[in-house]
Amino acid sequence: MMTVIPEPAPGEQAFLGRQVAREAETILDIENISVAFGGVRALTDVSFDIRRGEIRAIIGPNGAGKTTMLNCVNGFYHPAKGSITFKGRKRAQMRPHEAARDGIARTFQNVALFRGMTTLENIMTGRALKMRANFWQQLVRAGKAEREEIENRYLVEEIIDFLQIEHIRKTQVGVLPYGLQKRVELGRALAMEPDLLLLDEPMAGMNLEEKGDMCRFILEANRHFRTTVALIEHDIGVVMDLSDRIVVLESGRKIADGTPDAIKSDDRVIAAYLGSH
Amino acid sequence: MIYHEAGQFKTSYKQDMAMLPIVQDRWSVVALVTFAVAGLPILLAFGTDAFTSNYLYSAILIPFLILSLASIGLNILVGYCGQISLGTGAFMAIGAYAAYNVAVRLPQVPSILAILCGGIAAAGAGIAFGLPSLRIKGLYLAVTTLAAQFFFDWLFLRVSWFTNGSASGSVTAPAVEILGIKLESGTGKYLFVLAVVVLFSLGLKNLTRGALGRQWMAIRDMDIAAEIIGIRPVYAKLTAFAVSSFTIGVAGALWAFVHLGSWEPLAFSIDRSFNILFMIIVGGLGSILGSFLGTAFIMILPIVLTRVPAALGVPLSTSTISHLEVAVFGILIIFFLIAEPLGLARLWLLAKEKLRIWPFPY
Amino acid sequence: MGFFIEVLIGGLLSGVLYSLVALGFVVIFKASGVLNFAQGSMVLLAGLAFVRAQAFLGETFPFWISVAGGLAFAVAIMVIVAWLVEKFVLTRLINQSSLSLFMATIGLAFVIDELSQIAFGSEVYAVKIGIPREPIIVLTGLFDGGVLLNSVDLWAAIIAACLVLILVVFFQKTGTGLALRAVADDHAAAQSVGIPIPWTWLIIWSVAGLIALAAAVLWGTKVGIQYSIVFLAMKALPVLILGGFTSIPGAIVGGLLIGAGEKLAEVFIGSMIGGGIEYWFAYVVALIFLMIWPQGLFGERLIERI
Repeated sequence: MMTVIPEPAPGEQAFLGRQVAREAETILDIENISVAFGGVRALTDVSFDIRRGEIRAIIGPNGAGKTTMLNCVNGFYHPAKGSITFKGRKRAQMRPHEAARDGIARTFQNVALFRGMTTLENIMTGRALKMRANFWQQLVRAGKAEREEIENRYLVEEIIDFLQIEHIRKTQVGVLPYGLQKRVELGRALAMEPDLLLLDEPMAGMNLEEKGDMCRFILEANRHFRTTVALIEHDIGVVMDLSDRIVVLESGRKIADGTPDAIKSDDRVIAAYLGSH
Repeated sequence: MIYHEAGQFKTSYKQDMAMLPIVQDRWSVVALVTFAVAGLPILLAFGTDAFTSNYLYSAILIPFLILSLASIGLNILVGYCGQISLGTGAFMAIGAYAAYNVAVRLPQVPSILAILCGGIAAAGAGIAFGLPSLRIKGLYLAVTTLAAQFFFDWLFLRVSWFTNGSASGSVTAPAVEILGIKLESGTGKYLFVLAVVVLFSLGLKNLTRGALGRQWMAIRDMDIAAEIIGIRPVYAKLTAFAVSSFTIGVAGALWAFVHLGSWEPLAFSIDRSFNILFMIIVGGLGSILGSFLGTAFIMILPIVLTRVPAALGVPLSTSTISHLEVAVFGILIIFFLIAEPLGLARLWLLAKEKLRIWPFPY
Repeated sequence: MGFFIEVLIGGLLSGVLYSLVALGFVVIFKASGVLNFAQGSMVLLAGLAFVRAQAFLGETFPFWISVAGGLAFAVAIMVIVAWLVEKFVLTRLINQSSLSLFMATIGLAFVIDELSQIAFGSEVYAVKIGIPREPIIVLTGLFDGGVLLNSVDLWAAIIAACLVLILVVFFQKTGTGLALRAVADDHAAAQSVGIPIPWTWLIIWSVAGLIALAAAVLWGTKVGIQYSIVFLAMKALPVLILGGFTSIPGAIVGGLLIGAGEKLAEVFIGSMIGGGIEYWFAYVVALIFLMIWPQGLFGERLIERI
């Protein structure tokens, strides 16, 4: 008797392609996080995980606690309750630079570039953790210091090419238009070669064309640099297209978690976004 | 046309990242340094009488170089790392008195080493008074550095151990000796100071355009973002404090040993702190070149100001002139902060840019 | 014990003057986020303007007219300075870092110091406004010989208390006060609801000028008006660190603590290590305090956002 192997339906092809992500190890595990500012509870008992290699979106209405969530992940806030496990290591309290050392990079809702420095210098600064020349070598700029500057410059130039910002390489970022600043900021985060990249509204305030570019950069970063991405974004269309799985927060609580398709049809999500009656 | 860079192709990142990537710049700097090292002393030796040349060395060139060094030091902290300091005078004083104590108590130690010890002592104090910057931000530091200023003013005036028993705090440094040669002539002192200043400028320029310099500037521009990309604020801030105070301390030791010879604590009062702060505001925050330009400007201005009323036929009393002089400094500071926060260094860059594309407007 | 209390009270009362100057700093910092290094210079200017105008009027008019006229003249000068500062400094430094603004006020301090000395002279001028200067002896029942107080200090304390009360009412209960607090919180938001920013700056710098005048008159009664008052006024900076940059009660408590602390330290510790520690004691206390309690006793703890 012959076993008939069914041909995968066109929709399922993509599904199988993402099998990798579904079965990959968990890179970040968040358990029962709670954060309060004075009497305001910003996050209450939120748990979810991020798997290596996926694009994970965090969505929700304004004030849902999305940015607070990212701030906890990269050590800027310390949750009052709950635990964060990154790459298998559970951590109690951690300063942001330690999170960076562990491989977490970040971009910000309101661009947080070094305004007095050029594009090149900004992205080079992203390599801070990889530069190991000691003080004296830097003082005479010889040996390791000189070598490192050149090696890292190659890598930074690759990122500059990738983000198509060659023309503003030596421009002070303070004078750049918003869309380009967002790109430079992504470049700085990529320069860290992070294991986990946190993007806080990378497309806010952009026009359609710029959004398209940014989507492409995020996908490419995910595929080529194999960066795991956690993404906050308000444009639901973009979120549905980009992400593998989505967490929905509302008023500091998790109300849904699943694939884009599952989220689309979730009653509580629909209620949160459209209002329930 | 002389400043066109057409035809100069950079084929490696090393060339692109050179300190002076444009050929004309390189030649100008080589020419300037050659002139300062050889041309000027020769000119002064043959062109003028001994009195004039000595005056030029001791009243203009040597003070200019030493104060430039102090400005560069302060600029590292304020201009590059964004931490305000009103205690420059105190750190110069620490450099001076530490070097003095080493030189007097351990006469076998060479002068250069004593001066470096001054720098090291100042660096230590700088780190100690910079520690609060780790917990607090911005303007609070103005107060902690004022604390340094007033505390050390008092210490060197009242605790006679530091002044080797001198009750008034005034002391005389032993003569500076380099490789067995006593520095006595103006030329010798000048060349020694010049060498120190050139070495410091080179080293600090290297630091500011390297990894550490980027860390400082990142802290200055946005400390939170800097921490999030992995920069340790403790390391970045304290290295800035240490490097800055070390430089200022060496400048203080040179000021005392080479320029003044004998001095009292008043030589390093809070007026000196403001004086040097003004130099970097006028010259350009975050620029080594600016530190030199600002120092020259602030030194030349009073000379011009004291002559202007007389030249215009306006009789003013000397006290009015000296008040007016300081008021003009104040106005200039406000003017520069409003009109050109990056100071003379920025104007210099703009001028160069114009020259580069001359005769076309853009 | 009687001596200790005497020193303590003397310190507390001179602390009142630090509090007054610190108040001027707080008012400006609260409303514009500017740490005004020129506050001490404003004390000098207000004092000189008052003393010289009073002396001038006193030649022809009766005493009380000369005092009133002197005060009116000094007030006018302080308002003009506020207007000039608003017009030529603050509005031109909008959106600059607080570091630039601070450095601009250092420049301003130099300008005010020197121009006021050119205009009004640079000697020591005594202030006479009819506050009795005799020492008072109190608590004779409790301690041997009682406790010696200076009546100027008592007056200073009373006037300072009244000023603080007026300021608190002004900030909390009047519409202008509300507008000022709105501007302090968020310039752009305040502007969008129709509060004219330059106008609030003018108000706030004038208020700071008036506080400076009060401080100058009281201080001048004690030690006379002269350039060194600028350095005394600088002691308000450590007071701010103790009390928090935005707190009116903080300025008061901080001033008292610093005043009492430095007098006690001078008398009981200073004598052991060479004396003159009053010169730096306040600053070093502030420095140590910063390490332990960075936001000050009454400062607001801000949640950092990004």
